[in-house]
Amino acid sequence: MEEDLRSLLQDLESLKGCVSDRHRIGSIDEMKQRVVSIVNLTKSGATRRSKVKDMSAEVVDSNPYSRLMALQRMGIVQNYERIRDFSVAIVVRAPAVIGIGGVGSVAAEMFTRHANSLSIASQPFFQYAEVGMTKTDAAVQTLSDINPDVVLEACNELGQTWMESGVSEDAVSGHIQLLVPGETACFACAPPLVVASGVDERTLKREGVCAASLPTTMGVVAGLLVQNALKYLLKFGHVSPYLGYNSLKDFFPTMEMRPNPQCSNNACVERQKEYLQTKPARDAAAKGKLEAESSENEGPLHMDNEWNISVVDDSEMDTLNSCGVSGALPEGLIHELPTAEKYHESLATEEAKTVEDDLEELQRQLDALNAS
Amino acid sequence: MEGWDPSTKSALTQIPLLSTRAGPRDGAAWTQRLKEEYRALIAYTTMNKSHDNDWFRISAANPEGTRWSGTCWYVHNLRRYEFALQFDIPVTYPATAPEIELPQLDGKTHKMYRGGKICLTVHFKPLWAKNCPRFGIAHALCLGLAPWLAAEVPILVDSGVLKHKDDESTSAES
Repeated sequence: MEEDLRSLLQDLESLKGCVSDRHRIGSIDEMKQRVVSIVNLTKSGATRRSKVKDMSAEVVDSNPYSRLMALQRMGIVQNYERIRDFSVAIVVRAPAVIGIGGVGSVAAEMFTRHANSLSIASQPFFQYAEVGMTKTDAAVQTLSDINPDVVLEACNELGQTWMESGVSEDAVSGHIQLLVPGETACFACAPPLVVASGVDERTLKREGVCAASLPTTMGVVAGLLVQNALKYLLKFGHVSPYLGYNSLKDFFPTMEMRPNPQCSNNACVERQKEYLQTKPARDAAAKGKLEAESSENEGPLHMDNEWNISVVDDSEMDTLNSCGVSGALPEGLIHELPTAEKYHESLATEEAKTVEDDLEELQRQLDALNAS
Repeated sequence: MEGWDPSTKSALTQIPLLSTRAGPRDGAAWTQRLKEEYRALIAYTTMNKSHDNDWFRISAANPEGTRWSGTCWYVHNLRRYEFALQFDIPVTYPATAPEIELPQLDGKTHKMYRGGKICLTVHFKPLWAKNCPRFGIAHALCLGLAPWLAAEVPILVDSGVLKHKDDESTSAES
């Protein structure tokens, strides 16, 4: 900042040399005065740590980044400095009573030390935190400008990858989920049974019991969430689509979360279709990568293969298994209920034939009824 | 649906169900949903008139169909009590039910949120959640507003909180 201002002063000086008009010179002098006062102002405020221009790997007391940059030296992260190019949006969904979402606020604190900009939207009634990750401030701006009720819908519409995380009601377990629209399950793909079956949620509430909260669980889950976000952004390690945490048994289950083809969120279904369309290209890319790798370490690992052992691809296994399980029934048996796709088709045709009227015509009809 | 009176039940079964799951942000799908809303409202109003049970007027207050207004009335002891009626379509509609407002009754009853939003939590919200996206505005009026009026207006009138408009004018004159 100071350097910029000094160069500005020099520019003004050279400008002054080119101008002959007395009034102009006076105004330029005035501008110089103002710049000097700003320089003084920044000097007086220098006790506050200025933003470090380059993240140096030098190990000295004054460098807060040396430990992080060590990640780079050890070969874990390719380029840690890239973290500054990212913007992170955190949506805090806080429980109505306690005030602020535990996971979201801890995660926000962790992120302020790293990422370029941070935007936090508050959404009452739920105890979850979501982290949207993006390369542009514009997307963060979009997300923070819209109604907090539809942030998640907007992520599906924009194709914005985000992470969702929460702590259970009894505060002893939590989860972190990676949501890549179209590729992994979204927030609406697998609703809790009470939501999916439309059971009244109040029937679950026990008298005199409110949601528990344990700051350590919040801290652990927030830590895992931010860790996963950093892994995703800086492209190191593997980011599990779903990571669970059971503190009572120190159990960390991970699993795939495939999107639901019948998801109630339309944008999610759209993204799923797009993802399927790009599948051939992705497969080709993966195959090319695999071939490149295999060409590097050519030559069989073992010279003899007495038992004819061969490595089979996961996807090949799927096709082998599916022959027995899906679709094909033994002769003489039929499915009683239609498959999901057929059910949807029948619904769609029904819709198409029932409503073809003009909207204005319908409005007129209602107005006529209202008037009589 | 246990605990509902037979006339409400039979009325409900005759209101056409909706099928498009779309909210105000969904463009063409929302137009489709609006058409379905209109059809249900037309059917419900026609049915009410034919059963001599006409009790509301409602129409869209903006071209997008996200704000609705009208009137509703309830007859108690042979006198008609009429109220202005309004509500917005929530941005997360139809997952979220509309919050029906009767601004004139704001502050007169506990069964109401600030701004005159009637309390629908117990008798209506679970039904709406279970029947999403098949229920629409007509269903919200039939199962949300109508029972609320039937329960609240007699109490408000009998306790003197609510006065008939004729009584109000005479008391002002005297």
